Amino acid sequence: MAVIKTINLTKRFGNFTALDGVNITVGEGEVYGFIGPNGAGKSTTIRTLLGMLKATSGEAQIFGKDVWKDAVDIHKRIAYVPGDVNLWPNLTGGEVIDLFLKMKGEINKARRDELIERFKLDPTKKCRSYSKGNRQKVALVAAFASDADLYILDEPTSGLDPLMEHIFQESVREVKNEGKTVFLSSHILSEVEKLCDKVAIIRQGKIIDDGSLQEMRHLTRNKMTVQTKEPITELEKLPGVHNIEKENGDISFHVDTDQLDTVIRHISSFGIIKLESAPPTLEDLFMRHYEGTADLNQGGGAR
Amino acid sequence: MFAQSFKGTGALTKLMLRQNRLKILIWLLCLVGITLGTAATYPEVYQTEEDVMAFALTMDNPAMEAMIGPGYELEQHNTATIFANEMLLFTIIAVAVMNILLIGRSTRADEEEGQMELVRSLPVGRLSYLTASFNLALIINTLLFIFVGFGLYGMNLNGMNLEGALLYGGILAVAGLMFASFTALFAQLAETSRGTIGLTFGVLIAAYLIRAFGDTSIEGLAYISPLGWVVRTEVFADNHWWPVILSIVLFVVLTVITFYLNNIRDMGAGFIPERKGRANASRTLLSPLGLAFRLEKITIYSWGSILFLLSAAFGAILGELETYFADMEILQVYLQSMPGTTMADQFVSLIIAIMSLISVIPVITIALKIKSEERQNRTELVYSRPVSRKKYYGGYILLSVLSSIFFQLLIAFGLWIAGQSVMENALAIDSTFSSALVYLPAMWFVMGITVFFVGFKPKLTGIVWLYFAFCLIVVYLGDLLKLPDWMNNISVYNHIPLIPGEEVNWLTMGTLFGLALLVNVFGLIAYRNRDIVG
Ligand SMILES: Nc1ncnc2c1ncn2[C@@H]1O[C@H](COP(=O)(O)OP(=O)(O)OP(=O)(O)O)[C@@H](O)[C@H]1O
Ligand SMILES: [Mg+2]
Repeated sequence: MAVIKTINLTKRFGNFTALDGVNITVGEGEVYGFIGPNGAGKSTTIRTLLGMLKATSGEAQIFGKDVWKDAVDIHKRIAYVPGDVNLWPNLTGGEVIDLFLKMKGEINKARRDELIERFKLDPTKKCRSYSKGNRQKVALVAAFASDADLYILDEPTSGLDPLMEHIFQESVREVKNEGKTVFLSSHILSEVEKLCDKVAIIRQGKIIDDGSLQEMRHLTRNKMTVQTKEPITELEKLPGVHNIEKENGDISFHVDTDQLDTVIRHISSFGIIKLESAPPTLEDLFMRHYEGTADLNQGGGAR
Repeated sequence: MFAQSFKGTGALTKLMLRQNRLKILIWLLCLVGITLGTAATYPEVYQTEEDVMAFALTMDNPAMEAMIGPGYELEQHNTATIFANEMLLFTIIAVAVMNILLIGRSTRADEEEGQMELVRSLPVGRLSYLTASFNLALIINTLLFIFVGFGLYGMNLNGMNLEGALLYGGILAVAGLMFASFTALFAQLAETSRGTIGLTFGVLIAAYLIRAFGDTSIEGLAYISPLGWVVRTEVFADNHWWPVILSIVLFVVLTVITFYLNNIRDMGAGFIPERKGRANASRTLLSPLGLAFRLEKITIYSWGSILFLLSAAFGAILGELETYFADMEILQVYLQSMPGTTMADQFVSLIIAIMSLISVIPVITIALKIKSEERQNRTELVYSRPVSRKKYYGGYILLSVLSSIFFQLLIAFGLWIAGQSVMENALAIDSTFSSALVYLPAMWFVMGITVFFVGFKPKLTGIVWLYFAFCLIVVYLGDLLKLPDWMNNISVYNHIPLIPGEEVNWLTMGTLFGLALLVNVFGLIAYRNRDIVG
């Protein structure tokens, strides 16, 4: 059974459509990456999933329950970390963590203290004197110290230093190993690439691509750099070859993955000296999707 | 070497003046405007010799002395001394608050937020920032001195001369400087701007209380407090200048200490480290109501104290009621209307009516708190956990209801206890308390409209304040303005009986209570069904 499932989820603010028929399915135990440019609708999706915004149309379920009607029930098994954590200035970090944990049930003191230690947080300080990163740590400790089956994280690392980011990733892997599900919205693509089994890309309120990273790569282009004994001819005439560049005798170009075989056969006849092939990074995917619909259509073979 | 430490002070002073110009302008306009404005109305209020004597008599009691400082000799009373007696101490407190806030800003707050660091990285002396802050204080308080001093002289009230007017302006200015230097000193000691401002306000309150105690019982004590000095100028009568000199001496001493401490400490550090908070939450915090209470604690306690003190102050003048109000026409309009009750009873019920309007302010703000919580993205932290909207907002509503009861009890208690000590026939305890508690349904109704708007259209909560202002006008001026009945009746306060003069109509009270319940429930239902944006 899917942990999160939305069907044609649509949300309008006045006559502005923030979410336009979003379909997402997150299976149990998956770490699901959710990426998209600023204002794409990531936080709106998450707030709708949390039952704070009421969907204009469409359905959204978590654990098979309606996110709006059964919000309180669902939240018993959820932990959430917002991207911009605002805390009560006159409470200490420790107090806030306890407050959050108590709202979910009993406080697991050992786990709480261990996480505070791990994230190097001083719980005796008033929240007004915390930096952005430290406020985020408070939310992270409260989330990971609570017993949840689904972690919804909205850009949770935007204020963390690299060391803390690493600790965050460790914590995500830990809950993943326990079989928990994670829904992670992020701008940090390397993080998504490292952690996530599946990714969805949202733009202007629409999911424009989703699937496992493997699948998504299949549908796109590898970057190749080659050097041959004899100059390659008629390369540009092959189907699925793009962006040919020549530099110091090296030729580099992009190849649609399904044309790889034909292309290699063609160039091998010129005597290969050097051949490098890099799979597309998430960034490449991301950039290609953002370049605009025009590019998507003529890009050939993408979908 | 020494001159190096002050490099760039001039430019920094200009920068600070520019940064704070709006605040300075508003403060000075208010202080000068209120001082001169009140002075202008005095000749009209105190027209005859009897008016002046009546005032002199009302002032001559410990409760008044505790509030506004020692009065003048009977034969020294004239318009100018009445003005000084009534206005001086409160104006000084306002001036002190201005200095605390402005100097707190330009010292520790700038340091805390890193502005100072930015400036220090420029070719600027290490003492320049502090010197510029002091320049700021000197400029503001000198302006105040000039405007108030010469302004008052220009008003030419009965009994005002140039020396008195300058002394009046001067004592305001030096009191301001004293508190500016206290603030700058605490900015060296405390690590945060809240700490700085908190400590200085502590000094202000302590100074006020010590003076009050000294003025009423052991006079020697009043000389310990800077506020005890400044109320002893006998301005417009004997014109003593020693309090000015003493204040300047204290200012200089504090300034020297401040510079010394500033010179030996590190940037960003303080001598009193920030107190550590609790690492774990106490049990009482761990519920929606507990959280709401924790967030609104300061509001509730400070409003509670204000309401209690105001009521007690009114209670303290009950003994002299007849003389005090003999010639105040405005009040007679209300007081005539109810035969069969004593003057004190009528006055008390009127005071309670006004106090119950004041006390509804914090009741509204508590019900509104959730709106600012949402705007500051803090409700999402709660609603993403298994806490329903009904439970969380319900916590605030319950807190608001409990506070309203607390406030009404304090109002009644303040009036009753103070009246007890000054009156021959003390107020009846039961009618005083019921006359305060009978306002609760009206207060809950006003709170209910707040909840209603928070639920339906948070943007429109301003309407609640309009309604509040309308109720205030009806209670205060309804009879004078001769508004039509239907208009008066829009104010829920108009349906509350003035106990003991009027009977309680249980049907009306029941209806009011029902309406209050209804708007609250509607509001809460709407709140459960709308989008939460943060
Ligand atoms: N309450 C609201 N009323 C009106 N418009 C809104 C509201 N909330 C969000 N929007 C709009 O919906 C769009 C999506 O916003 P959202 O916050 O979901 O973006 P996001 O993907 O989280 O962006 P970011 O990466 O910057 O966090 C934006 O254009 C935003 O302006
Ligand atoms: Mg967002």
